[in-house]
Parts: sequence; C-alpha cells; structure tokens
Amino acid sequence: MREFDYARADSARQAVSSHGTNEQAAYLAGGTTLLDLVKIDIMRPEQVVDINRLDLNEIETLNDGRTRIGALVTNTALARDERITRDYAVLSEALLSGASTQLRNKATTAGNVMQRVRCPYFRDGVSPCNKREPGSGCAAIGGYNRSVHAVLGTSDKCIATHPSDMCVAMAAIGATVQVQGPEGEREIDFLDFHLLPGDTPWKEHALKENELITHVTLDAPIQGSRSGYLKLRDRESYQFALASSAVIVALEGNTIREARIALGGVGTKPWRVKEAEQALKGQPANEQSFQKAADIVMRDATPYEHNAFKIPLGKQAVIRNLTTQTA
Amino acid sequence: MSDHHKDDGSRVETFDARSPSRRRFLKSMGASGLAAATAPAWAQIAQASQSQAEPVEPRDDGAPGEGEQQIQLIVNGVEHTLNVKPNAVLLDVLRDRLELTGTKKGCDQGQCGACTLLVNDTAINSCLSLAVSHDGDEITTIEELSQGDELHPVQAAFWAHDAYQCGYCTSGQIMSAVAILNDDNIGSDDASVREAMSGNICRCGAYKNILAAVQDARGKMKGAS
Repeated sequence: MREFDYARADSARQAVSSHGTNEQAAYLAGGTTLLDLVKIDIMRPEQVVDINRLDLNEIETLNDGRTRIGALVTNTALARDERITRDYAVLSEALLSGASTQLRNKATTAGNVMQRVRCPYFRDGVSPCNKREPGSGCAAIGGYNRSVHAVLGTSDKCIATHPSDMCVAMAAIGATVQVQGPEGEREIDFLDFHLLPGDTPWKEHALKENELITHVTLDAPIQGSRSGYLKLRDRESYQFALASSAVIVALEGNTIREARIALGGVGTKPWRVKEAEQALKGQPANEQSFQKAADIVMRDATPYEHNAFKIPLGKQAVIRNLTTQTA
Repeated sequence: MSDHHKDDGSRVETFDARSPSRRRFLKSMGASGLAAATAPAWAQIAQASQSQAEPVEPRDDGAPGEGEQQIQLIVNGVEHTLNVKPNAVLLDVLRDRLELTGTKKGCDQGQCGACTLLVNDTAINSCLSLAVSHDGDEITTIEELSQGDELHPVQAAFWAHDAYQCGYCTSGQIMSAVAILNDDNIGSDDASVREAMSGNICRCGAYKNILAAVQDARGKMKGAS
C-alpha cells in the first residue's frame, strides 16, 4: 500500500482542520472502502485523517420524533438498535443484507454513505473510466455491464450503480446529512447528497472541500406503517443487489394512506421514486395498483447490453415487497 | 497487571490488559475436557507438540523513528509497544512483526475473511485495518484459543467434523465461529449461522462440515459454561 501522512483527530473541528483543503486528504472511519481502494491504488490519499476517536457513536431520539445517528455508529450496531428495529425495520433489514458480519462490524454509517462504486472497470485501474480518470471514457458501456450497472440515472459517461443497501433504506425513510466544514455545520437533504453521474461522474456527492459527515438524521417514522427491504442477488448472502426495494407503507383499511419506495441495484444513486408513491396514495392495496407503481418506477429505464433483466426484476422487487408489507 | 497510562497532552487513556471484557471473553471460551474427548489420539499428539511453542514476549520498540507512530497493541493478553508506519496493516504487523502467523492473508482486500480476528471481542477483517487505528485495542488471534494442551471447543469441533481441506481459511472460519457463538443477536438455526459466516470463503467447499462443526461447538460451549 502506498505511503501517506497520518493524523488522528480528537474532535470534528480538528478533523476538518487537519484535512485542510488538501484534495488528496481522506477521512478514515471503518476503512472498508478506503483501505481497499488504497491497496489497489484507485484512491491515492497523501494524508489520512483518522476520525475513529471522535465522539460520534450515539443513536439519539430527538424531541421531534426524528432519530439522529452518529457518523461512527457501525452498521452492526445500527441494525441491532432496538429503536431502529422497531421504527425503521427497513433500515435494519437493509443493513443486515449488506456485506458480511465482520465487514458490518467495521463499516460505519458515514462510511457507508460515502462508499464508492463496485464497477470492475473503475476498480481495475487500467480500463477507461470517467469516474477514475475524467475524460477517459466508460468501458462499462459496451462492455460487460450485467451486475453492478444501472438502468436508471445513467449517462453516456457512467452507468455504475450505487452499491449501498443502507442508503436505499435511508432514501425511502427520508433523512438529512449533517456535515461539519471549516465554516461550521450545515445540513444536506439525503436525496440531494448523492449526485447523478451526468457529465461529471467523478463528482459523487454534495460535500464541499473538506466537509465531514457527523450525523445522519432519519425523518420521524410514519405512524402505523410497516416497512421492509427486499434484496435480489446472484447468491443469497454477501453479494451486491441486482435489484432491491425499500418499501414503507401505511394502510387505512385496505386503502394505501402513505407509501415510500426506493430502489437499489438499478440506479446510479439510491433511487427514491416519489411519483410511484403518489400513484399509490388512496389506491387499494392490490396487484393492479402495485403493478402501476412498478411501471412508473421503471418508465424511464435505459437497458444496456447485459442488464435489461433488471427492469422486470426491479419491478418485481417493488411489487413483491409491497405485497408482503400489506399482507 | 500491566496498566498503561498514556498522556498525549489532551487526554489520558488507561489500558488494562486484563480488563473485565477480556476476562469475560476468556471465560466464555469455556475450557473443558471436551476437546480432548473428541480429538483423535494423533490430534492430541499434534496439539501437545504445538503447545511447546515459545510464548510471545512483550515487545517494546523504544523511541519511534521518523515517520513512525508509536502504538500499544494488547495481543492475546500481552501488551506490545510498537513503532509502525501509518500505512502498516494490522494483519501484516501481527504476522511479520509479532510472528503470529496463525491469522492468514488471503485476498488482502476484505473479501475472503481469512484474516478475521477479534478486536475488543468483535470479529473484523484485519487486512482492512491500519495498525495505528488500533492503538490501545485488545486483539485476539487464533493462537489464543487453546488453553495449554486443550483445544477450544470450536477448534475441536472443526477437527472432529473435518471442517476443512487445505486449511488456509480455517483460522478465519474459527475466529468468526467463536464470535458468532458468543453473540446472542445471531440466531442458532443453520440458516442464521450460514448467513453470519458468509464473510468467510472456503474455496475447498467445506461449508457443510463447517456448519456442522459450529453447531456441534455451540452445544459444547453451552455445556461448558
């Protein structure tokens, strides 16, 4: 692994100041993405700012009913927290469907938000990849683009899926990302945090310069709702999603009062579909309305040579999950 | 017995190599005669010869050189003061500096689980861990599991169930198994064990026997506590 300078921060302010405006600095939390990518020489930090000693390990219920999650809460701790399993089952299920036990034990909330794509052309270090080498092209378009490539939110510059399960659940729940920067704190709506690739696929998120994520705050749970995460993949465990759905639904009798739908494995960012949610509102909870919502989800989908199957698969992930949560 | 006080100017950290969490962990290891009862005679001979290995002495690197960071690692109950470069990986430090080669390097990028060990009783991939990030942590490796000549119940069960072929993934499999058997949040049914162990890849395909070994060890660890 290449050499880098190292600084251990004792506070968020100190972390931001150690990071400075050095574009080649990186914050280290669990390290499951960063150290992997440094080892294969895709990320090349000159300085690593270790934030593991910061006091960001708490999960707090706020007075307004929201839940604030510290940046360093591990994926395991978050998935098992009683408030999360009770009020946000979809988030707990999404977390437990990702990676492996020992990776979840290390991986953090902020690190999961910041994880990089799994496109093999991004990771191989030699193929054309606009994300890694702006302007070099995209080897996935016209290459092998089956499993970790999107049908929604793609551009002619990049088609890699966002790999997170946790983020799909957070997109469905609704959340804000709290960040600390040199000029203090600010909040970013979770749905605005991850960026579409567009013409600038190397810009992946809304963080500025040396901003540090300190918390992710979940919207208050929808009263009387049920939620769940359904992940479809090539093998049953320890595999990225081909298509997944996070669904939250509240019924009044058999009529849908509220619905939230987000997808993973099919989009270039955690893919919330508000239009499909609106289409469900006030409708009976049955196959026809679910099918209609699923059609809206995939209406603007663009298939590539090897991943056209993700369009029906993504629809099925939505329909089956809605069916389960309203049964 | 080996309290260490470190003052970096802004705060004081206290490390105790025999902290309550460590004692609890060792207790849960459940030393019992079961290992000897299940392991075949030749295995016991192999065990006996292995147990004569030199105990690991505490290491003290002295003053750090330029570009090095001084850290304390409490590895299998022994506190070491080591000087490491920022990019030194925990797995490599254990294997190359402390000569604890029981923890294996497989893929070296967090995909295979061969490097699994316990940090403060939690299973992690040591290949994706900077040593410097673990300053003050308690690390338990496969070398710590047996109590003298007695194999840990999970080791004995792997032996009894032939839960390996080449054996390269075995240390990681066993460390994961120990962690999940001590974790009340993980279900005891076969599906839950398979899911919890999915981060440990066995390219020989001994999964069926690994599962049998874990479930067998579960009964014995329960019986021993």
